[in-house]
Order: sequence, then structure tokens, then C-alpha cells
Amino acid sequence: MATTNGTARDGRARKGDARPDRRAAHDRGRDARRPWDAIVIGGGHNGLTNAAYLAKAGLRTLVLERRPIVGGAAITEELRPGFWFTTFSYALSLLRPDIIQELELVKHGFFPILMPTTFCPMENGDYLLFGMDHQENVQEIARHSRHDADAYDAFNHDIARVCQAIKPLLDAAPPDIFSDDPEELVALASLGQRFRGLDKKVLHDAVRLLTGSAADFLDDYFESDILKGYLASSSIIGTKVGPYSQGSGLVLLYHFIGEHDGEFGAWAFHKRGNGGFTQVLARAAEAFGVEIRLESPVERVITRDGRATGVALADGTEYHAPIVVSALDPRRTFLELVEPRELPTDLVETIRRFRFQGTSAKVNFALDGYPRYPALGDRTDQYRGFTNIGPSMEYLERAFDDAKYGWFSKRPYLDTAIQSTVDPDMAPPGKAVMSCFVQYAPYHLRESDWDTEREHLGDTVQATIESFFPGFGDLVLQREIRTPLDIERTVGLSEGNIFAGEFLAPQMYFFRPAPGWSNYRTPIDGYYQCGSGTHPGGCVMGAPGKLAAQRILRDRDRGRGSGERGERDGVRGESPAAAAART
Amino acid sequence: MIRTTPFHERTSALNETGLWEHWANHLVATRYQMSDKFEYFAVRNSAGLFDTSPLFKYRVHGPDAERFLAGLLIRDVRTCAVGHGQYTAWCDDRGYVVDDGVVLRHGRDEYSLTAAEASLAYLQSLAAGLDVGIDDVSAEWAILAVQGPRSRDLLTALAPEVGKLGYFDVSAATIGGVPVTVSRTGYTGDLGYEIWAPSDGALAVWDAVWQAGRGRGVIPFGMTALYMARIEAGLLLRDVDFHSSRFAWTDAERATPIELGLAWMVRGIEADDRAFVGRDAIRREVAQRTSRWRLGGLMVDWRDYDRIYRAAGLIPPKDHTPIQDEYYVYDDELNQLGFATSQMYSPALQRHIALARVPLDRTPGSRVKLELGVNHRYEYFDAEVTRLPLFNPPRRTA
Repeated sequence: MATTNGTARDGRARKGDARPDRRAAHDRGRDARRPWDAIVIGGGHNGLTNAAYLAKAGLRTLVLERRPIVGGAAITEELRPGFWFTTFSYALSLLRPDIIQELELVKHGFFPILMPTTFCPMENGDYLLFGMDHQENVQEIARHSRHDADAYDAFNHDIARVCQAIKPLLDAAPPDIFSDDPEELVALASLGQRFRGLDKKVLHDAVRLLTGSAADFLDDYFESDILKGYLASSSIIGTKVGPYSQGSGLVLLYHFIGEHDGEFGAWAFHKRGNGGFTQVLARAAEAFGVEIRLESPVERVITRDGRATGVALADGTEYHAPIVVSALDPRRTFLELVEPRELPTDLVETIRRFRFQGTSAKVNFALDGYPRYPALGDRTDQYRGFTNIGPSMEYLERAFDDAKYGWFSKRPYLDTAIQSTVDPDMAPPGKAVMSCFVQYAPYHLRESDWDTEREHLGDTVQATIESFFPGFGDLVLQREIRTPLDIERTVGLSEGNIFAGEFLAPQMYFFRPAPGWSNYRTPIDGYYQCGSGTHPGGCVMGAPGKLAAQRILRDRDRGRGSGERGERDGVRGESPAAAAART
Repeated sequence: MIRTTPFHERTSALNETGLWEHWANHLVATRYQMSDKFEYFAVRNSAGLFDTSPLFKYRVHGPDAERFLAGLLIRDVRTCAVGHGQYTAWCDDRGYVVDDGVVLRHGRDEYSLTAAEASLAYLQSLAAGLDVGIDDVSAEWAILAVQGPRSRDLLTALAPEVGKLGYFDVSAATIGGVPVTVSRTGYTGDLGYEIWAPSDGALAVWDAVWQAGRGRGVIPFGMTALYMARIEAGLLLRDVDFHSSRFAWTDAERATPIELGLAWMVRGIEADDRAFVGRDAIRREVAQRTSRWRLGGLMVDWRDYDRIYRAAGLIPPKDHTPIQDEYYVYDDELNQLGFATSQMYSPALQRHIALARVPLDRTPGSRVKLELGVNHRYEYFDAEVTRLPLFNPPRRTA
């Protein structure tokens, strides 16, 4: 199986115009007979990343995507002529910079555009507007609180130091603390070493953030409600916590670890949205030799004697490969694609307990022009980045209160962006598209369901925007509402959780998705996981895909499949050449 | 007294920063808004407007205009048909570059030539005995550069003939009721145009372009964004990438066209029957391979960059602000090989890049080390020598 890059590529008579989204299902028969080295289930950003790394290492890799488009939750769709909507995921920040380089994404069109402002309207008609100039931002904060002006610098410095310390953890697989493997012990020791070397304050801040509430942390620095509301907004995104909940600190930290062009906490808008990004990723993957098959829903992983041997589609087509990688979330990976009977009981229980409880929605608008914010008159430059409707921690917490009792927020938190200001190709001249992330919208509604409440959610969101931007409703040409149920149905993310599983301490690092299975393996030999439900988690990060590929390639070189079985069978220690011959 | 350009009434109203630079004794905006990087993205993703008016502009006309220019410019201007232009350079008789600029041919005997610095006396001194007029028309013309992927659509809406212009083509047009000349040229390495407007019609032209750009993400951009674009595009900047041989003190300050990466301009020089200034020296340089170095690109190794900064306890900076100053280039044993003239973090390429003079044996693909200060001491970063331009989208010439 140890095919060189050359043979792998030569084996495929690829036509220049054979774009993945146009390949038809009739290729299946031919594909099914081909010998694949690896099959990746799911063409979201992690599946594509994983496949690209595997193909780069010389594996003949096939990606099977259920939908007619790659990208998973990171897609851009032209829902109205000339108006491009980032249907779900809408900006980039946590994407690992090494992936950009290693997969040569720039060559394939990677183009992250700066979002130079952050605009935070207030309920009294005032606002907080951040731009790219530090001193101007200091003055703007001082308008709300002189005390907070330099406290903001202190906060940013402190949190950047924590990010600097924690960031390497995103770029490496967690050591397996439950394993006796010497390699894992070495990894664990070096992790301990890393923390031993940390400054006391940095370590303490890190623990406070990883375990505590965002409100406690922010209260230590600031007095201004609008500033705290803005910062605390990052502590709830995608997660069923309020800023006062323990655990919101972790979400806050995650969003600050994101970076754009070397700046922590900065976001970028990819050309044509995150769908533009996943198209780039697909092109890069194909350039490394990955084959992508659309409209190919995998129904189950085929196993034989505890070993994955391929996959079967819903229509019965089978593809065979010694390596099968699931980019789907943990529930689908462990409970749907394989027989739970084949798995250890404690793993099955942990995965059943794994908390998804999606709590966010999207409402996207096509607009006839720019909204008007009365205090800024006819200015529109405030819309060049995010407009954050979450004017205080109390506002956010009250929005959360509704969700606690099974309903969507009466006054939701909204993270909006008029993306056509940054990328004019997203809308016709003078018109606009507005992405609007909505929280809280719990997957489980009390005594109702999302098919009934969809439009009500849209109305609530629109009314909330209208309350800050009078006349907004008159601009709306079209509205697209995506509830957690729609996210689940369309993308396949269980309960519509955008991170493929909540960002809660018991579900992170060593424990993502389950104790002993944070190493991208599964108990089934040759069956791996690479989705956002694995470390380091969701957001358009790509790290799970890359780290899983590293694991797969290392296992392959070491001559074992995955899980413990390989070791028991005495396969471990086999030379790579022997392993290659065997597979 | 510092002067303002014919667009100043508009540019000053748009400049929110109060930051201006002096260019040829004219005020030009450093940036118009707080984020120069956002202006850069307008150039790379929509369109940006740049006031190029301070450029030195010369009208060259008369029966011997072609003969004069053919004897001056290193590219053969006789191959430049009416309605076309050429990026070109001129040299001293030792084959060192005096200046570079763009020549546009408006008619059989009618040209304009731009220059980075005042050049009238020099040009006239070479015109002796020829029936050619050389006029400094710098103040008569305002130039508005419209640069970026949307520039064509924007200008075609105002003047349909612009849509047909190929790379370096020139056309007369009317914009805002003002007769102008539009050339498909620029200093950004992107799709772009420059509109030459008579100074007294400049504001009307600006207003027409501004109006057409509304709702399309079109904004003015300043010098910082321009420098970012030009470094990515590998476009030469006088007194940064080279010094004019007229005013250089030593040959180390001087550069030949071939050394600057302009060898393509003198391809076929063996067969060139023109007696232009510097021809023999350039021929000798070609025949005897006496070029001393080549201006190339550097792509800093991103792993090395991150590693060195992290080891120093710093977050690796990715600063797009162009540094147009010398930083030295070494081999692995830290023997100096040459120097970088300009460097920056390129948002489009997602890499730290530089323009650098490197020895001829450091061909594209070979490695050098770039010296940068980290924690107040020099560190040496692995970098790969690359061809120029570093950024070259197909739309530039398509």
C-alpha cells in the first residue's frame, strides 16, 4: 500500500474541469473498486484538512460528503441573486496558522480580509466603537469609563500572556493520561514541564479562565457595562452558559486564543466567507491528490474482527480502506456509524452523556442598504467588522435566563456582521448581506418545536435589531432563519451544537470526546475521529483534522491500527515497511 | 512652501487621520483612515483611489521625439505603438540606472514620461541637436490611480473604452465631462488604471469616480498601503531599491537594470541597433557576466520565524507596516551576502517577505539568513530566495 505520491497521482486521470461539486454519483462504482488507503467521512473543514494531510503523506484518500457541497457548517450560498450568505459559520480566527502554510492554502486562494472595526450599540443610543488605532480605542473607552481605558491594556496584556502559554496545547494532541505507552508518558512529562515553567500569575489567570466565569474575571478589571458586555459576549458563543456561569471563562479564553495575522482575539473575513475558505481547502486537498465525492452519505463503517475495513453508503455502495476517519461529531462517530455493541460500555455511556445542547441560531439578511445608527448619522464605516448586540453582562445573562427554562431569548445576544462592507463581492453594489449569529436558541424547546417557532425567532431577532437600528425592517429584502434544528438537519451537527459538543471543562482536552479517547483513535482498529468533537474542539480551527492525521500517520508508521488491540496482537513495533506490506 | 495636489480639496476632506507625507514637495496622505491595512485590502479586494499627482511628468514631442526617447530609454520605444505605454528605465553611460518611469505614446510624435525625481535638465542635456520639445508638465496634470480588482468595472461604467484597454494600453476618454487620458498602469501589482486629468478638471474627475465607486467598497488609500502593494509586487522604489547613478557617490550605491531584475527590458540588446545611453556598458555586462547581484524576493521561513520569537518569549509579530530600510542578509556562516531593501508581513501571502540584493549564485529556491532584531539583539532568520514579483494575480494583466 505504500504508494508514492507519484503513483497515487498518476493513477488518477484527473481532468481540469472535474470539480468536486460537479462529480456525479455514477463515479461510485469506479471508486468502490479502487484501492483506497484512507476514507474520510464528512467534507467539513476538519475532514478536508485531515484528508489533505493524509494525501500529502502519500495516502490515496477519499472524502465522502453527504451534501452536494463541501464545507460542512462553513459554507457560503447565493440564496438570492448577487447576495451571498454565510449560512452558518461566518468568520475566521482560530484557524491554525501552520495549516495555512503546510497545506499551501495561499496558492489555492486563501485570502483573509481584515475586519477593522467592532461596533457595540447601547440601549441608551450611545455606542462603543473600536477601530485599529490603539490610542483612539483608549479614548473611546475613556468616554465610557476613564478607569477602564488603561485597564483595557492591562486586561489585553494579561490575557495575551495566558493565550501565549495555552496556545501550544491547541497545536498538539493531549497526552493520554490513561495509557502506559512510554511515548504518552513523555508527552505528559513535557506538558508538566511546560506548566512548571509558567509565571505564577499567568498560571493562576489560566486556571481562573479555564474553570471560572467570565464575569468574575472581567469584573476584576472593568467597571463599564458596555465594555464588559462586549468582552463577555465572547464567553458565551456557542455554549449554554451565561457570563456569570462557571465555565464561561473557558469560552472567553478560546475566543481570545484565536488570531489573525499574529494578533490574538482578532478575526478575519475570508474572501466569499467561510464557504470561500472551505472551497480553498478542497482545492488544496485535491492538489495533494484527495478525491472528493459529494452526495455520498455514509451509513456505516464496515468492520471485520474489530477492525475497520471500509464504509457503506446509504445506497449500499461500499468503499474499502484500512483507515476510516470520521469527521462527524462524537455521537455520530461512536453511536451511529458503528454498532455501539462493538465499543466498550463506559465509552458508549460517556458519549451518550456528552453534552451537545446546541443553543445558537443564525438569521441572515439580504439588505437594501446599510442600517442607520442614529448617534452616528449617515456613517457606515462602523460596519466594517462585527456589530455586537450584547450591551452589558446583565443583558447577556438575561438572554441566558430564557434558555435555562427552555425558550429562546426575548432579547437575544446578536453577533452580526455586514460582510459585504469587507468583501463587496458578497452583495450587489449599494446592497448588503448581514450575517447574524443568535443566542440563546436552545435545541430543546419547552412544549414546542423549532418548525413551529422558526419565524417567531426571526421576528424576535429582527425586532431586537430594529430596537437599536430604527428602520432596519424596511431594509430587509430577504431573511434566512437557521435554528439549531436546521443546523442539525442540514449540517449533521447533533442538536445543532456548532462546536460538535459543548466547550465545558469535562469535555475538553484529555476528555474530548471521552476519557482515554482524546488521541483520535477509537476502540476499532483503523477507525479514527477527526471532527470538532475531538481536541482542541470547534470553531474553524482545523487542528482536530491535522492532529488526527498526525496520529494516523504515526500509527501507520508504527504498524498498528488504533486502540489497544494492535498492541495486544503484537503488531506494535512492526517496521513501517512490514506494516506497509501487511496493509 | 509645501504644495497641495489638484485633488487636495477632496483628499483632505477624506483624510480622517491628519497624517500627511511630503512627496516631491506635495502633501500626500499617509493613510486616510486609522487602518492602512484596510486600505490595502481595498486595493487587493475591491478598488482603491490614490493621488499620484506629485509624480514628475514630462511631455516629449516633436519630429525627433521617438528618436530622442529611443536614445534614452533602455526599452526600445520604437516598438511602443500609439495608444500603448511601457514601464522603462534610463541609464548613464556606465550602464547604471538613473531613474525609472512610464512612457505613454499618445501620438506618433507625442509622448509623456514620468520620473521619480526632477529630470528636465538631464533630459534636455541629452536632446541637443534633435528637433524635440521636452516640457515639464508636472503641475498641469493630476493623476488619479484607480487600483484593484473592481477598477475595470468602475471605470468602464464611466468610460466604456476603458474596458478594452489591455495591460499598458492608453486611451483618451471623458470622465466627469473632462477630457482625460487613461492608461492601464499602476504601482500596486494589481489590475489598475491611472487617469491623467488636466489640473483644473481634477475635482470633476475625482467626483465622477467617487460617485461611481459608491457602494462598491471603493476608498482612497495612502502611502503606507501603496508601499505594501509595491513590495508584494516587487516594484522598484528609487532611493530604497536603488539610487540614481547621477547622484550616487560610489558604485556600491549604483545598480544596473539587470541587477535590479530588469533584464527583460534589455533582452535582445545584442541585436538592438539603437545607440542608447548605456547600451555598450549593458552589452558588456551581459557578455562578461559582470552583474554583481540581483534584486530578488525573500520569503522568510515561517517555522523559523515563530521558533525564534517564541524562544525569546515573544508573540511572533506579523506587522504589515513596510520597513523600507536596510537589513542584512547572510549565509549560514554569517558572512554577509547582501541586504534587504524593504520588508513587511504580507497579508495576501501570509508570510514575511522582503526585497533583497543577493549574490547571483543564490538563485530562486536557495536559502539565506535575514538579520532582524529580536529583544534588542540580532537574530538570523531562514529565508528562501524567490523570483519577483512575490504577488502577481492573473487579473493584473488579464
